[in-house]
Amino acid sequence: MKFLPLVIANLMRHKLRTILTICSVALALFLFASLRTVTTTLASGSEVSSAQRVIVQNSTAFVIPLPMSYANRLSSVPHVQSVTWANWFGGKYGDGKKFFAQFAVDPKTYLGMYPEYSIPEDQKQAFFKERSSAIVGEGLVRAFGWKVGDNVTIQGTIFPGDWTFTIRGIYHPAMKEYGDDAFMFHYDYLYEKYPDRVTPGWYILKIDDPAAAPVVMKTIDDQFRNSNAPTKTGTEKAFAAGFASMWGNVKLLMSTIGMAVVFAILLVTANAMMMNQRERTSEVAVMKTVGFSDRRVFGLIIIEAAVISLTGAFLGLGAATLLPIVTGFGEGGFLPGFHVTGGTLAVGATVALLLTVASGIFPAWQAAKLPVVQALRRVE
Amino acid sequence: MALVEIRDVYKSFKREAQTVDVYAGLTIDFEEGSYTALMGPSGSGKSTLLNLVAGLDKPTSGSVRVAGAEVSKMTASQLADWRSRTIGFVFQSYNLLPVLTAQQNVELPLLLTNLNKRDRIERTAIALGVVGLADRVDHYPRQLSGGQEQRVAIARAIVADPTLILLDEPTGQLDAKSSEEVLELLRRLNEEFHKTIMIVTHDAKAAEHAKTVLHLEKGVLLEREGVKAGNGIGASGGVGATR
Repeated sequence: MKFLPLVIANLMRHKLRTILTICSVALALFLFASLRTVTTTLASGSEVSSAQRVIVQNSTAFVIPLPMSYANRLSSVPHVQSVTWANWFGGKYGDGKKFFAQFAVDPKTYLGMYPEYSIPEDQKQAFFKERSSAIVGEGLVRAFGWKVGDNVTIQGTIFPGDWTFTIRGIYHPAMKEYGDDAFMFHYDYLYEKYPDRVTPGWYILKIDDPAAAPVVMKTIDDQFRNSNAPTKTGTEKAFAAGFASMWGNVKLLMSTIGMAVVFAILLVTANAMMMNQRERTSEVAVMKTVGFSDRRVFGLIIIEAAVISLTGAFLGLGAATLLPIVTGFGEGGFLPGFHVTGGTLAVGATVALLLTVASGIFPAWQAAKLPVVQALRRVE
Repeated sequence: MALVEIRDVYKSFKREAQTVDVYAGLTIDFEEGSYTALMGPSGSGKSTLLNLVAGLDKPTSGSVRVAGAEVSKMTASQLADWRSRTIGFVFQSYNLLPVLTAQQNVELPLLLTNLNKRDRIERTAIALGVVGLADRVDHYPRQLSGGQEQRVAIARAIVADPTLILLDEPTGQLDAKSSEEVLELLRRLNEEFHKTIMIVTHDAKAAEHAKTVLHLEKGVLLEREGVKAGNGIGASGGVGATR
């Protein structure tokens, strides 16, 4: 502790340089944590998926629908307990700046399939009864200030026109990975306006035994192999992962960018630290003349590097953690449950420690090994 | 027994492809309480002698003993510890740390001791009082004159109560008045506080304040002057050098 004023005084020698270096570290770790959170959020969506649910989609492409007639045939497959379906609506609300997902669903079977969506019974019943009604996640309620009974108009893009819905229920997800920002309305409401175009986008089946999933999937795909709409059946986890992969190889991209940013900042920080050290050659020589050992000089410079790295890490990781909460980024339906995990914070802290070692060790070693006489001769 | 015993010291430097011999068998003693000025042209080995005594440099061969400790045989960490307790060093260009106040600069050697904060501040205040800068504790080096900076540097050199004070051209960058103040301070440290002092200087006036003046040329002690009673230089032919 008694050396703290010395460390602080040295850090304050070039205030602007120190502040900019800390900001560089903070920015690097903010980007690192944010980019990593995109991948962890995508991964977590598939991790919490139910093993009892399988998804049937068109084998040609996810965006091509399946015939309505498949519903009955799917329900007769052994081990299948129940069947529901959904459609991607893809509408725009207001100025469209805040994106959220809208699904046309078969209300009773869909909510029966997803007990993870908790909704008061009276609201659920009101939703079932009214064809133009909708239920929304509490995240959307927070974002747009909606309440039960409000009429909300959404502009259709895939299905053109102004679509007005009455909100009859607000759901709360059992786990944040399920998202609290979806907008669900009656499939029939969509179908009655576009009967020639609308068929289910995908089917969701509940099976009685997760171990039977491979057999069920094979049976279904074999059954429709030679039809006009062959299917691709997979677990909900695989579906969620596939949904994420629509972004391309996001994980690799994010990881590569994240590491490149951290590495670039590492070089900048290390350079700043070394520049700082070069300017202090004579002072290190004086400290050694006074009696500071090589080890103590080494330690003091490492502590300086640690203060810069850890302050930057605190600010960067703190901002990455708080920003989605403050801005409501995770509530936009874009990446449900977007939040910086403890694992990401731990990796960020580890990166900061590595940054301390990498940026501090060379100047510290140089200072520790500085030959006093030569250094003083340069000064004198 | 002399405070500083230099025995048959050889010292050479490599400069590009050439080897430069500074000392070839230097032998000399400095008694406790002595005040010695080392004079001579540039390159004569004056500063090298101070560096050897302070353990900042090692002889090529031979022995350097200070207060009974074999300096030339110590490891780097032993030297650092020994230096903090035994040596006070003053440079020509003051070499105060610009980011620290006068008080913090003087406190620097005490950070290496087990003294608590209150004792460190107390001893720092005493040292600054001795050099006449008790009212400048919170001043940074840039806020002090050259003479004041050098007095702070002397306060830093004496604060840990070292056995030996070494000064390398301490008046080299000072005007006449400031030089006189610094030299008067050194006289007091020697006479009132009985500190052993070795000073390297080109300044004849500075050398006049010493009890003994040694002239070095090309590593050879040419003459000894100002020998007074109790001057402290080895009496049994301790002063001598051969090449």
